[in-house]
Amino acid sequence: MSWQPGAGLEQLRARAGLLSTLRRFFDARGVLEVETPLLCSAGITDPAIEPLIVSEGRSLAAPRYLQTSPEYAMKRLLAAGSGAIYQIARAFRDGEAGSRHNPEFSLLEWYRPGFDHHALMEEVAELVCACLGQRPWRKLSYRQLFIDSIALDPFTAATSDLEARARSGHDLGDLSGDRDFWLDVLITHQVEPWLAGQGLCFVYDYPASQAALSQIVTEGGVAVGQRFELYIDGVELANGYCELTDATEQRVRFATDNERRLALGQVARPVDERLLAALEAGLPPCSGVALGVDRLLMLATGERDIRRVLAFDWERC
Amino acid sequence: MARLRVRNAAKSRDCEVSLPPIFSATVAVMANYSTNEFRSGLKVMLDGDPCSILENEFVKPGKGQAFNRVRMRNLATGRVWERTFKSGDTLEGADVMDRNMQYLYNDGEFWHFMEPDTFEQFQADAKAVGESHLWLKEQDECVVTLYNGSPLSVTPPNFVELEIVETDPGLKGDTAQGGSKPATLVTGAVVKVPLFITTGEVVRVDTRTGEYQNRVSK
Repeated sequence: MSWQPGAGLEQLRARAGLLSTLRRFFDARGVLEVETPLLCSAGITDPAIEPLIVSEGRSLAAPRYLQTSPEYAMKRLLAAGSGAIYQIARAFRDGEAGSRHNPEFSLLEWYRPGFDHHALMEEVAELVCACLGQRPWRKLSYRQLFIDSIALDPFTAATSDLEARARSGHDLGDLSGDRDFWLDVLITHQVEPWLAGQGLCFVYDYPASQAALSQIVTEGGVAVGQRFELYIDGVELANGYCELTDATEQRVRFATDNERRLALGQVARPVDERLLAALEAGLPPCSGVALGVDRLLMLATGERDIRRVLAFDWERC
Repeated sequence: MARLRVRNAAKSRDCEVSLPPIFSATVAVMANYSTNEFRSGLKVMLDGDPCSILENEFVKPGKGQAFNRVRMRNLATGRVWERTFKSGDTLEGADVMDRNMQYLYNDGEFWHFMEPDTFEQFQADAKAVGESHLWLKEQDECVVTLYNGSPLSVTPPNFVELEIVETDPGLKGDTAQGGSKPATLVTGAVVKVPLFITTGEVVRVDTRTGEYQNRVSK
């Protein structure tokens, strides 16, 4: 057992400098800094995200979820007329630990009323350049990304072809799953290594089945979610949406998520009725993005392991 | 019902506890390990073979399914490779342990080893001993990896000292530099030695590379 920090003084100073740069960036643009609660009574329905739950204490009428992101609370502020807002918050995701993951981590999340996801991508690029220095950046649609990197069209290829390609060169044992499962194997095992040579690259317009909380539109004959991811040298850094504002559609997505959770043997999660009520009242058209601050710091300092930029990683606290 | 003698720390004396019947089986009951518990050195069962985990990398797309890319060694075959698991998948632990043992003798079919503390003896077949037989000298200590209580593999010491039983006659006046020649050791291993080494001499060999290190004065 070691009492000492995993990050050096240099990394601690770099973090302080980065936080200061982020706040200056938003201050200069008139984006309001906000704080929202870490402990929430509703969790997240996404089958791929598991929250940590706090279940003891006299203040608790029921267990509360440590937030996996401040998204729902920030959308309630937007619906209340906050205008552009940002937050630098701790978020928690159960079971996510490795060289790029810590179960407790720092998220920078911000929302821009009136922006579509392409306008927000530009602002993300400006912010990243403000932190890491000027550099070129590019955008690739999810479809073009797969075609350029592994010569498969993710929208039209047969699921069996996606699986066959996923298995080539990789021992996947008896893994099985649906179309999105194989796309996830391909992007993590074969596409991300290709992205490692692409510098700062946005990937946008995901399959509608991976839209999460983004607007779904038809582009090039296929339904796409207006969602984007930012990769820098193959490191996934940020996820953004042209936000879904329709309360009815949001309720359907929550229900669909919970059906998938049950089919996968997971427990269903209570839906956030306060968020739905806020959408009902009216969320202004906006785009929002969440960016991993610890990973941005890794890129700024050249560290390849997240544990080297955290004062005390999961095993040290 | 099986009984187990344990030390009661609070009372600082031994006492007996009853165990459920499952513990009375001779095979150890192994725990299951989830991907987030996979650490370097953990021994698990995969496709019927015991494997040792070397590295475990967690990967996840921005949204969607998380995976663990796990580098492991199959302890039965020695093969090292990478297998991908869905995060949260579990594997059964393997009853595998490394023990220091003394090599006793070969009876023509089996190699016999003894644990020096307990004098417990184990016999290993040719599959378990593999190439290691080239470096086993009676009385030497080596590591025997036990799987379900039987030898699975044998690892010789990194350096062994063995007598040369056959090599071309030495060339007087030759020094350490210059050419080399093959020499057959008492175990049957053939190593390259400097020209000045003669039959009957003892040499030190690195068992990991099979390379001659130096002459050992007798």
